[in-house]
Amino acid sequence: MTTTPKISRAELAEQFRAFIDPDFVITDDETMKPYECDGMSMYCEMPMLVVLPETAEQVQRVMRICNEHHVPVVARGAGTGLSAGAMPHKEGVVLSLAKFNRILDIDPLARTARLQPGVRNLAISEEAAEFGLYYGPDPSSQIACTIGGNVAENSGGVHCLKYGLTVHNILSVEMITAEGERVTIGSDALDVCGMDLLALMTGSEGLLGIVTEVKVKLLPKPEVAQVVMAGFDSVQKAGDAVGGIISHGIIPGGLEMMDGHAIIAADDFAQAGYPREAKALLLCEVDGTEEEVHEHIAQAEALFRELGATSVKTSQSEEERALLWKGRKSAFPAVGRISPDYYCMDGTIPRRYLAHVLLEMEKMSEEFGLRVANVFHAGDGNLHPLILFDANVPGEFERTEAFGGRILNLCVEVGGCITGEHGVGVEKIRQMAVQFNDEELQQFHDVKAAFDPSGILNPGKGVPALRFCQEYRSLEHKQHEHETVEAAHG
Amino acid sequence: MADIADKLKEQILQARQSGRKLNIEGGGTKTFMGRAADTDADTLKMAEHTGIVEYHPVELVLTARAGTPLAEIEATLAEEGQCLHFEPPRFGDASTLGGTLACNLSGPARPWSGSVRDQVLGIRLLNGKGEHLRFGGQVMKNVAGYDTSRLQAGAMGTLGAITEISLKVMPKPAMSLTLVQDMALEDVIQYMNSRAKESKPITGAAWVDGKVYLRLAGAKSAVEATAEKWSGEVMEQGDDFWRQLQHMQHEFFAGEQPLWRFSVGSTATNPDLDGPWLIDWAGSQRWYRSEADIAQLETLAQRAGGQVSLFRGGDRTDEVMHHQPRALKEIQRRLKASFDPDGIFNPGRLYSWL
Repeated sequence: MTTTPKISRAELAEQFRAFIDPDFVITDDETMKPYECDGMSMYCEMPMLVVLPETAEQVQRVMRICNEHHVPVVARGAGTGLSAGAMPHKEGVVLSLAKFNRILDIDPLARTARLQPGVRNLAISEEAAEFGLYYGPDPSSQIACTIGGNVAENSGGVHCLKYGLTVHNILSVEMITAEGERVTIGSDALDVCGMDLLALMTGSEGLLGIVTEVKVKLLPKPEVAQVVMAGFDSVQKAGDAVGGIISHGIIPGGLEMMDGHAIIAADDFAQAGYPREAKALLLCEVDGTEEEVHEHIAQAEALFRELGATSVKTSQSEEERALLWKGRKSAFPAVGRISPDYYCMDGTIPRRYLAHVLLEMEKMSEEFGLRVANVFHAGDGNLHPLILFDANVPGEFERTEAFGGRILNLCVEVGGCITGEHGVGVEKIRQMAVQFNDEELQQFHDVKAAFDPSGILNPGKGVPALRFCQEYRSLEHKQHEHETVEAAHG
Repeated sequence: MADIADKLKEQILQARQSGRKLNIEGGGTKTFMGRAADTDADTLKMAEHTGIVEYHPVELVLTARAGTPLAEIEATLAEEGQCLHFEPPRFGDASTLGGTLACNLSGPARPWSGSVRDQVLGIRLLNGKGEHLRFGGQVMKNVAGYDTSRLQAGAMGTLGAITEISLKVMPKPAMSLTLVQDMALEDVIQYMNSRAKESKPITGAAWVDGKVYLRLAGAKSAVEATAEKWSGEVMEQGDDFWRQLQHMQHEFFAGEQPLWRFSVGSTATNPDLDGPWLIDWAGSQRWYRSEADIAQLETLAQRAGGQVSLFRGGDRTDEVMHHQPRALKEIQRRLKASFDPDGIFNPGRLYSWL
């Protein structure tokens, strides 16, 4: 574990300025202010200093100095994360990789791209487009989020069921270890000898190393993609329709669901032509060759009708397809318009529990007096409930957090997990004690120590200290007992 | 179908107490892989720890105990029109799911359908302290905690005994068809990669004995339309070719000569070496038969952007896996110690130093 750093801000800054452009060693509060949080702005902290190196050698030197002096290091990409994983440490350094923004090489025949970690997700596909290629994972934040951050979070997006997560779409990373070693994990091949360290690195939230280069796989752009939109008068029916499509042997490129609240908010925002009276909406995208898409779209339309869809519509042009997706992709900002603030959850569940989970959530919504809208990566079981609240009302965020915590517990109860793609960060660290027992958490701590013996990389994130877990579990238990008693008396 | 996890745990605790080592063994069909097993060690037998624990076809997820034979899993999936689309090789009827993950074995569809590691969603594992741990889950996406499930792929049991695996399964393709034509080794790398670059339903690209084989699989209309556009003859019984390749029953693999596996960049020029080659995975996996020396082959594999290992035969008392750079060696040593502090499991099986 980290001990208190023995070096002052001024001394550290002076050491960094010896090899990094002094303008990019930031110590004044005003310039550091934008770094105080990531996309999860409820959690803020000012760092000791911010540094923006521009070469792997500089990152190496930064790490060696920090390791020597036990200074915590928080790596940061675009800061779009949704679990406060990039929230600074008050006695630590924020290491921004913003200057690592070059696409180093695209190899069209091998279908790979070599990237610096600060390259934006969408920029990869834009650059690869001239070769008829694209990069698979497409998180909602893809305009801004970076590939380095995607590796840290194992980001997904709306096409995961068919095309996988970040872990399925990268070949290698170059990283700097906590001790300042520069290593390459993976290769140009599809696997390497020994333990799968590349999988371990992916989704490790900046706790195991600092990624300085990434090699990704590119996919041939499908000849055609079409979306079928189907409205349903109940969530249960929509959920069954998802199962129906998959049992039929169709693996959609994207399969998204929205509930009644989300449909209206998104349609108001994007004028996407959604069926506003529907209680649930499915967007099912099929991609592939012309023949395949034609065959599967016809099957999907017929299936949705058979399974009780109240409306079925298929995109007939690229514009129409884009419009149908626009509603879904802007669901978060759309919900932002109907509430001063919203809190986005990220649990995953086995799909067969969808109706049950949504019903329970509806009950909790009444109990906490907070509205909730749902968007759902139906294909892969990843829920994004958006709890609507007003941060200016005292106590409302605390209530929102408690509500969110309960949703995650419910996900774990039905065999799911607390985070599908946003990561644990600071935000979900308490729920880790619900999903894992002490032996499992200790194993995680031991894995971390294998990479970072002094514990300087992103301390306090991802895996909770065991001494807090018992406390949290007993708190949960008491709350549960209390509710059971209340229910019995009610 | 039996759950013997408690018995396995007991044996680990006893081994720990008495300072014994354990060789983990499933169906015993992969004893030829890795370095020679420690003859002094006892055997931790996983073969009785069997059974499909959960399977919901609509979820596309199956959970099975590690000792479950692949054949049983594939038969169960087939009843629902589903399959393990990473096409795991079987070296005998007894080949198990656990061994497949530990050795990270996948068949010809791997570049398109992903590897066994890609399909893993979660595992249960007995570590060297005898703790029965659960990582990951039964859902497609789970980023809580480190991905210690996929970490096991290729670890060859050095981190612990995998007891249960949840993995993603997929619908069987509606139809498949194989195109075959003559081609020289010099031309085939470029050819396979250009085909793989097209948005067509390709799920296999292999070359052996002067012939290139491409497999198309998926929606009937798409497969047929592509077959008309692409050159090559439609092969009768094409599926048999891929099955032989998957289970390494093709005659290329017969005989005692050492079998080397080059896992390299798909477009890399083939190493200039005499002897028979078989190219699979559209160029990413290349098999070579020869008495060569590992150090010499390592240089060539690295030049091709990857690594080499002695898959079968040859001297198995020396290293059989591509060497690890110093820093990664150190990390893997520490990781091993974090899971198995007394070094109980599969000593020296992956590397002499692990």
